[in-house]
Amino acid sequence: MITPIIIADHLSKVYQTEAFETVALADVSFTINKGEFVAIMGPSGSGKSTLMHILGALDQPTKGKYVLDGKNIETLSDDELADIRNRQIGFVFQAFNLLPRTTTLKNVMLPMAYAGIPKEKRVALATKYLKMVGLGDRLNHTSNQISGGQQQRVAIARALSLDPAIILADEPTGNIATAQAEEIMSLFKDINDKGHTIVMITHEPDIAQHARRIITMRDGQIISDRKNSGQVKFTHSHQ
Amino acid sequence: MEIREIISESLSSLTLNKMRTGLAILGIVIGIGSVIALISLGQATQASISARIESLGSNLLTINPGSSSQGSVRGGAGSRTTLTLEDATAIATSPEITSVKTVSPEYSGRSQVVTGSNNTNTQIIGSTPAYTEVHKLEIASGNFITPNDVDSMNKVAVLGPQVVTDLFGEGIDPLGQTLRISGHTFTVIGTTMAKGGSGFGNQDDMVYVPVTTAQKQLFGVKHLSSIALEAKTADLMITAQNEVGYFLLARHKLSDPTQADFSIFSQQDILNTASATTSTFTTLLSGVAAISLLVGGIGIMNIMLVTVTERIREIGLRKALGAKKKTIITQFLAEAIILTFVGGFIGIFLGILTSYLISVMTSSLFIISPISVLLAFAVSVVIGIIFGWYPAQKAAELQPIEALRYE
Repeated sequence: MITPIIIADHLSKVYQTEAFETVALADVSFTINKGEFVAIMGPSGSGKSTLMHILGALDQPTKGKYVLDGKNIETLSDDELADIRNRQIGFVFQAFNLLPRTTTLKNVMLPMAYAGIPKEKRVALATKYLKMVGLGDRLNHTSNQISGGQQQRVAIARALSLDPAIILADEPTGNIATAQAEEIMSLFKDINDKGHTIVMITHEPDIAQHARRIITMRDGQIISDRKNSGQVKFTHSHQ
Repeated sequence: MEIREIISESLSSLTLNKMRTGLAILGIVIGIGSVIALISLGQATQASISARIESLGSNLLTINPGSSSQGSVRGGAGSRTTLTLEDATAIATSPEITSVKTVSPEYSGRSQVVTGSNNTNTQIIGSTPAYTEVHKLEIASGNFITPNDVDSMNKVAVLGPQVVTDLFGEGIDPLGQTLRISGHTFTVIGTTMAKGGSGFGNQDDMVYVPVTTAQKQLFGVKHLSSIALEAKTADLMITAQNEVGYFLLARHKLSDPTQADFSIFSQQDILNTASATTSTFTTLLSGVAAISLLVGGIGIMNIMLVTVTERIREIGLRKALGAKKKTIITQFLAEAIILTFVGGFIGIFLGILTSYLISVMTSSLFIISPISVLLAFAVSVVIGIIFGWYPAQKAAELQPIEALRYE
C-alpha cells in the first residue's frame, strides 16, 4: 500500500533583507511515500538545502503547506515541533554536528534523553545502533578521536536511535573520503530496506545513483523528478 | 526530560569543556574576590583612621582654670589656681553628674630630669590612675600610677618612650631604675607605649608622677592645671559640659555663668574633623565598592555572554535533535547557577584570604563586613545567571536552523 508521508504543497521560502529579497524556494510541490529513497540534486543555491530544512521542521516556509505524516506542520506548537524532530525525523548533517568532547555513546543517547527514555535503555539502544553502523569498538571515543566517516556514522546512529519514519540527510558524504562515502551509502540502503524513508541531498551524481528516485532542482524550482531504475551496485565504475 | 537529567546534562557539559568552565569561574572569582578585598581594605583604613582619632580621646572634655576676678579686676595668669583636687573628687563622686565616665585631675609643669650622666628637660604630668583611660594611654611595661601611689604621695614615675630613649638609651628597660626630678629621687615603675605625635604636647615625651607628689613635692602648689573628663558617649558631650559647668559654679559659689573661674573645652573640633573624615571615607568606600562591583559585574557579564553566544550552534543542534525550548533554557540556567555559585564561593574565600594577607603584610586591621560579602555575591550571582540565561533564552527562541547557522 502506498502511503504519502511527506506532502509539499506549493512551498515557498523568501529571505527578506533590507535591500534584497532572495527567493530560495519558489512554489515547490511533491509527494514522498513511505519507504522511498529519494535524492535531491542541484547546484549550490538551487534551494535544496532550504527545502531540506523545511522538511526537517528546522525552518518554516514563507508560503505553502507542508504535511508530515498527516500533520500540517504550520499548525503545530513549538513543543510539538520539537517532538516531531525528536521522534519522527532523523537528521544527518553534512558537518556531522556531534557534540564536541563528548563520547560517541553520549552523542547517540542525546535524542533519546530528550525523548525521556530511561538511562539503561538509552545505553542499550545507543550501543545497538553504534554496533549496527560498525562502531561497536568506539563507544567511548570522543568525536575528535575518530575519522570523518566514523563521525558521520555516529550521526547516522544518532538519527536512527529513536527509530524515526524519515531520515533526512543533507550532503551526508560531502565532508568525507570516497571510500567511506560508499560505506555510508550502503548503510543508507540497509536502513531503507528496513522501511525507513530516506531523503538525501547531494550534488554528486554517483551518490545520487544510490537512490530510487532523483529530484533535480534549480533556482528554487523542481526541474525534474524521475525514477532511478538503474540503481548502482556497491562497486563503483571509476574505482 | 526530567530536571535531574537536565542537571546531569549541565554537569557533563561543564566538565567536558574544562577550559570554558574554568574561564567563566575565574571571571566570577575575580569579580567577587576583588570587591570583597577592596571593601575590606577600605574599611580597615577607615577603622585605623577612626582609631587614631579616638586615641586622642574623642569624648574628652578639659576643664581649665580661669582667672579669678574680684569685682571688675581680673587677676593675672598666676592667679589661675581655682581648680583643686577636691573639685575633681567632687565631680567624680557627685550623684548629680551622670554623663561623665572618668575624671582625671592633672597638674603639669616642666622640670629637669636627671639620671646618672644624662638629663633632659621635659613635661612632668601629675596624674591619677584615671589618666590612662581618659587619654587612651597604653602601658608598655610595668604599670601606671596606682591609687595608693596618689594617696601616699609616692615618688614613682612612669616614662614616655622618648624620655626613656633620652635618659637610658634606646631599647633599654628602665623599670626599677631611679631618676632625679627637682632634687627628689623617683623610682621608675612603668613605661608607656609610643603614641606618635610631635611638637608641643607630644605624649611620648612626658614623665608621669602621682598628682599629689607633683603638687606638694615638686611644684609646691595646691591647685590643678586642668581636669580632664571623659564623657560616657560622644552624644553626651554637651550634657557633660553643662552638668559639670553648673556643678562647679555652685561649688565655687558663683551664681552668674559669666563670672566663672574656669572654662570647659570640649574636643568638639576634633570630633567634627573625625566625623567629616569618616563621612568622606564612607563616600569613598561606597564609590570603590560600586566601581568594583560594576567592573566585576561587567567581567562576569562578558564571560557569560561569550560562552553562551559561542554555544548558539550547540543550542540549534539540540533543538534539531528534539530538545524543547524549556529543556534548553533549564540546562543553561542550571549551568549558569552552578558556575556562579562555585565561582562565588571560591571568590568569597579568595577575597577574604587576600584581605587577610594584606592586613598581615601592612599590619593593619582585618575587617570583613558580611554585607560586602553578601552584596558582592548577590550582584555577581544575579548578573551571572541573567547573562547565562538571557542569550540562551534568545537562542532557544530561534528556528533551529538559524541557531545552527549562527556565526
